[in-house]
Amino acid sequence: MTVPAIEADALGKRFGRRAAWALRDCSFRLPTGRVCAVVGPNGAGKSTLLAIAAGLLAPTDGTITVLGTDPASARPRVGFVDQDKPLYPQLTVDETLRMGADLNPGRWDADTARRIVAGGDLDPGKRIRALSGGQRTRVALALALAKRPELLLLDEPMADLDPLARHELMGVLMGQAAAHGTTIVMSSHVVAELEDSCDHLLLVGGGRVRLAGEIDDLLAAHTRVSAPAATDLAPHDVVESRTTGRQVSALIRPSGPLPGDWSTGAPSLEELVLSYLRNPEALTPADTLEAAV
Amino acid sequence: MVDYRIDRRSGVATYVQIVQQTKQALRLGLLEPGDKLPTAREVVEATAVNPNTVLKAYRELEREGLVEARRGLGTFVRRSLGAAPADSPLRAELEDWAARARAAGLEREDVAALFTAVLETHYPARTPDPAHPKTSQGDPS
Repeated sequence: MTVPAIEADALGKRFGRRAAWALRDCSFRLPTGRVCAVVGPNGAGKSTLLAIAAGLLAPTDGTITVLGTDPASARPRVGFVDQDKPLYPQLTVDETLRMGADLNPGRWDADTARRIVAGGDLDPGKRIRALSGGQRTRVALALALAKRPELLLLDEPMADLDPLARHELMGVLMGQAAAHGTTIVMSSHVVAELEDSCDHLLLVGGGRVRLAGEIDDLLAAHTRVSAPAATDLAPHDVVESRTTGRQVSALIRPSGPLPGDWSTGAPSLEELVLSYLRNPEALTPADTLEAAV
Repeated sequence: MVDYRIDRRSGVATYVQIVQQTKQALRLGLLEPGDKLPTAREVVEATAVNPNTVLKAYRELEREGLVEARRGLGTFVRRSLGAAPADSPLRAELEDWAARARAAGLEREDVAALFTAVLETHYPARTPDPAHPKTSQGDPS
């Protein structure tokens, strides 16, 4: 078996001894070569999780390995773009890229950096502080990608971008994954934004991992059903159910064949995610947590 | 060359859209045996879809014997589909028929309904499972 890109076991983090847990008991395993969406509401723990994987925060509890080693040792092989896109405001775009080259000797891919920056029609002599949010995102992504990371961690990378730049930069990221097998992990609270680009999902809610796995497998394991109101949905696992009039509609994880008189359909990724988030008490499928065992 | 257009609201799985659009290009003669499909990298840079989705579509086309992957060179068309290239006599007859339908005052929807009805008579539909289009295709992976 190959080394996973990230493996977390009972990972927990709280900021201060009496503070609430920002992350609690998170166990998952992300194989290499995947494009993983980290999805969850604001405050779910997405940024904390990414910062721990990037080696910028130490976990309070549990363990995490990144590319087969601890996060700090993996850092030369990991690219991280923080939500706030921290860059030196007084440097120009050109100087920022030169700094990237100096800080990453032996790994730096100047062509990639130049290509990404050029896509945005950016004046290389302009100072970072004079750039718009979207332009700053572009420079931050250029820095992270030109490092040729094996693992790229992006916290809300598309938030500042207009739809055109979003599509173009998502294309650049996918091209990177296709050409170099780069593992990409990106967070967002907008599921639709990531649906076509990601093949792996990590759903975080209330500091816990609610779902983890290949998106195709997760979708195939769930079914939308509707049936007459009095129907007993057991023995299937019910994620969410709602009764309107004479009908009950539910999202379930079938544990066997379904009766022929139920009408069934495949859920979309967004439906799946929303159902789990609306129902914090719904059980996380056991197979998601296999890595914990 | 084929240019994929992904419609994320269509409800059709993305890899199926790529398979369908490739077949459409083969039927219309836009792709011919020996032609090279765009690389996964080219497709994902243009469409921003996941690389594995493109590879899955190409594997499906390969499984159907339509294309072959040549190591280090790319994916090439092996055979064409259907006998109705863009300039065939059948197409000319259909053009002629459509022009007459229009002259007779039929609306676009009328023509589509009529055509679909005739199509159904001569080509009874195979019934795919509409519930799980992603899993009904015999995923080779």
